[in-house]
Amino acid sequence: MTTITQRRSLLSSNVRNFIGLLFLVTALATIGNTMFAEGSIFYVSTYTITLLGKYLTFAILALAVDLIWGYCGILSLGHGAFFALGGYAMGMYLMRQIGDRGVYGNAELPDFMVFLNWQELPWFWSGFDSFGFALLMMMFVPGLLAFVFGMLAFRSRVTGVYLSIMTQALTYALMLAFFRNEMGFGGNNGLTDFKELLGFDLQADSTRLGLFIATSVVLAVAYGISHFVMASRLGRVIIAIRDGEARARFLGYRTDHYKVWLFVFSAALAGIAGALYVPQVGIINPGEFSPLNSIEIVVWVAVGGRGTLYGAVIGAILVNYLKTRFTAIMPEAWLFGLGALFVAVTLFMPNGIVGLFRREKSDDNNDDGSDTTPPLTTTAEAS
Amino acid sequence: MTLLLLTAPPSAMAQSVTNTPDSPAAVDIAGLSATASKLAKAKLRQRAAIVSELEASGGEAALPLFSAMLAGDLRYRKADQRIVTTGEPVGDDEIVSVADAITGEALESASEGAFRKVRVNNSLRIQLRKTIARLTLMSSKPALREQAALNMLSKPDADNLPLLAEALAKEPDASIRESIELAMAVSTVKVSTDSTARLAALDTMSGNLNPAVRNELNRLIAVDDDGNPEEADKAVRDKAATTLDGIESRVSFFRFLETLFFGLSLGSVLMLAALGLAITFGVMGVINMAHGELIMLGAYTTFVVQLLMPNHIGLSILVAIPAAFVVSGLVGILIERGVIRFLHGRPLETLLATFGISLILQQAVRSIFSPLNRPVSTPEWMSGALELNPVLSLTYNRLYILVFALIVFFVLQMVLKKTSLGLNVRAVSQNRNMAKAIGIRSERVDALTFGLGSGIAGVAGVALSQLTNVGPNLGQTYIIDSFLVVVFGGAGNLWGTLVGGFTLGIANKFMEPVTGAVLANILVLIFIILFIQKRPRGLFPQKGRAADS
Repeated sequence: MTTITQRRSLLSSNVRNFIGLLFLVTALATIGNTMFAEGSIFYVSTYTITLLGKYLTFAILALAVDLIWGYCGILSLGHGAFFALGGYAMGMYLMRQIGDRGVYGNAELPDFMVFLNWQELPWFWSGFDSFGFALLMMMFVPGLLAFVFGMLAFRSRVTGVYLSIMTQALTYALMLAFFRNEMGFGGNNGLTDFKELLGFDLQADSTRLGLFIATSVVLAVAYGISHFVMASRLGRVIIAIRDGEARARFLGYRTDHYKVWLFVFSAALAGIAGALYVPQVGIINPGEFSPLNSIEIVVWVAVGGRGTLYGAVIGAILVNYLKTRFTAIMPEAWLFGLGALFVAVTLFMPNGIVGLFRREKSDDNNDDGSDTTPPLTTTAEAS
Repeated sequence: MTLLLLTAPPSAMAQSVTNTPDSPAAVDIAGLSATASKLAKAKLRQRAAIVSELEASGGEAALPLFSAMLAGDLRYRKADQRIVTTGEPVGDDEIVSVADAITGEALESASEGAFRKVRVNNSLRIQLRKTIARLTLMSSKPALREQAALNMLSKPDADNLPLLAEALAKEPDASIRESIELAMAVSTVKVSTDSTARLAALDTMSGNLNPAVRNELNRLIAVDDDGNPEEADKAVRDKAATTLDGIESRVSFFRFLETLFFGLSLGSVLMLAALGLAITFGVMGVINMAHGELIMLGAYTTFVVQLLMPNHIGLSILVAIPAAFVVSGLVGILIERGVIRFLHGRPLETLLATFGISLILQQAVRSIFSPLNRPVSTPEWMSGALELNPVLSLTYNRLYILVFALIVFFVLQMVLKKTSLGLNVRAVSQNRNMAKAIGIRSERVDALTFGLGSGIAGVAGVALSQLTNVGPNLGQTYIIDSFLVVVFGGAGNLWGTLVGGFTLGIANKFMEPVTGAVLANILVLIFIILFIQKRPRGLFPQKGRAADS
């Protein structure tokens, strides 16, 4: 049981430990990158920094999925869509920053629009010159989509497998749409060739380091807020919905409102992750919407251990590290490995890596919040 | 209704004539060859006369010679001045596929230097064209006559009229008479100055779907840049407009039927892909994300069967159907025994585990068969199209797959309703514990049910191999659509899948011309999202105890 004191204090021991560790890693990587010369064993290359930054954006994304899957039992197979929408919002801002430095040197239009012979900027591109507006859109667009979808789905009590399939179809449809040139988002090629962010050159080592640190800070804040929410009364209701939606409803809670709210929050978080991801990898294209991407996120969470926020973070970083290594050594084997991981985790580690350690610990310490480990699928959602 | 025969290029026609010379016995082949030989030494001016002489004495027997001459493939051998038809020079000026122009006897090939081309000029070409038209129109073969009439129909000309009139008088076949009359009508409308004759001709043209007829009518009602009508005769103009209206409404009716057919075809594919899913999901409550890959395995089985029996492509599809059922079914049973049974009652985790399996299967196929698409050939009896009229033609492969999908549906329905396996399956799906209590081995039933659903997926793969590319991504393309069909149709019974598949297929095809393929897909998705607001469990929801859990 989460204790009352934990609920009251924003910086519970869980959060303190996590943020402390994250700060340590960030600081060490930063020092390794700036203080030590190439060749030293302490040296951390900028490539590694960018890679770490990328992992951390994935960790934010995994956090978002864990919130709704681990705590509310909603398996979204479409969270990649919210991530990509946030990424596109950031990409559009970065495109506007290119100005007249594109291949065609057109200050008014991005290159691909010149190429398509468009005369003026479509209405939905206006405003993206301003970083503040783009920042708003990174959260607002995914949030709005999640709100509309969630209202429709949760109000009519679409649950379990049906909901998962609808979310998958949603991201699939968006992928098809974004592949079209007529959509005005660069079609197949997406948005790329970015120059600078807030005046900082994106190719510069210092900018990359800055992005890494920013991502780390955002992850820490997101973690803190998520923990606070889940430890609050609201979080209790959400966990109650996961474990017995019908009972929670009969107790008088508008369960659909809670679910919609959480879904929107999670989508906005995924959008922020996408926005941080784009400047670090330098491209956003419709491939990010592919259903495989979304389902991979779920596996990160499953591997780490759902229902525990740090489990999601651990899973995201670990699986992506393995992916980087495997695809470099033997690219053929990666899909075999990923597939086997899906099967192995569901069969042998229903509570993920965190669950393996938790079981031993729970013998002597029973109140570390192990009740948040979901009984995976309750009878209510087994359809 | 005009029956349009499959069009073949004129040279192929000519070839068929040479191969089976059934020309009237009256033709003196030797004399004809002698006349033809004169072409070798004749000057260009004299060749016109020789052509006329050949036509008079040889008639249809000289047709291959004329066709080759027009195409520039007529040569004579320098050694004996024998006139031959040839192919184009290949390699080092080697002339191949040499044949006697009159008898069709195959001769040995030789270097280009051994031959000389029989040259033609424009006036000779015009003469040749007319001669060929005349000869084919009077040919002893109905197919050639029909073809000639249709050729003239698409090129209306004053010179055609006497020829066609002559042919009409002799023509015994009613459908060819119709074509000839139509060709005369179009030519009359175009060249005649007699208003009554033209109006009568327009009557003949009314309701006809041939594109040449519509072209001519469109020409009649056209206006020039200044807004003046191209056609001076107002009566003809008005009549043409009404005739065209009548034809256009028939055309749009047949276009509608064509779209409907495409919709039914897409629907049958969707239903076939979703049937197996409806069994595993509807009956067992198992979400099988590897279903698409089981379809893919069926398609690859077809490819392998064709590799094993390359000389019996027509038969291979029939062999592939049971083979694919067994392959996919066994893989399905393996998946059920190895993974799914441990995840009983945890649908979301089953979903994840089977997705992992789908990745493994995809990569396995990629490693074994290469990531490229594999060619699966279509047997002859499935290629081609059933041409009902010039506007509406139904391709045989889609037609067969539509029928096949319905057969699979009804067989499956029978299996579930009439066999003891079906009874057991339904018993377990309705109440597992009760079924166990009365002695049904639910584990075995689970494995067989899953095997059945997977086997159907394999069969769907055989059908899909005839429509799309067979590659590692085949399954992924269909999995989401199949799920939507099941979600829309409801997991209650197979009729939901049938109705769901055909509804989505037809809706998609009718929206496509208006919105484009991608937007149609998206609109269908939005429709389904809104639909499950009203019916969260689909068109045919599961009833009874199973629905509550």
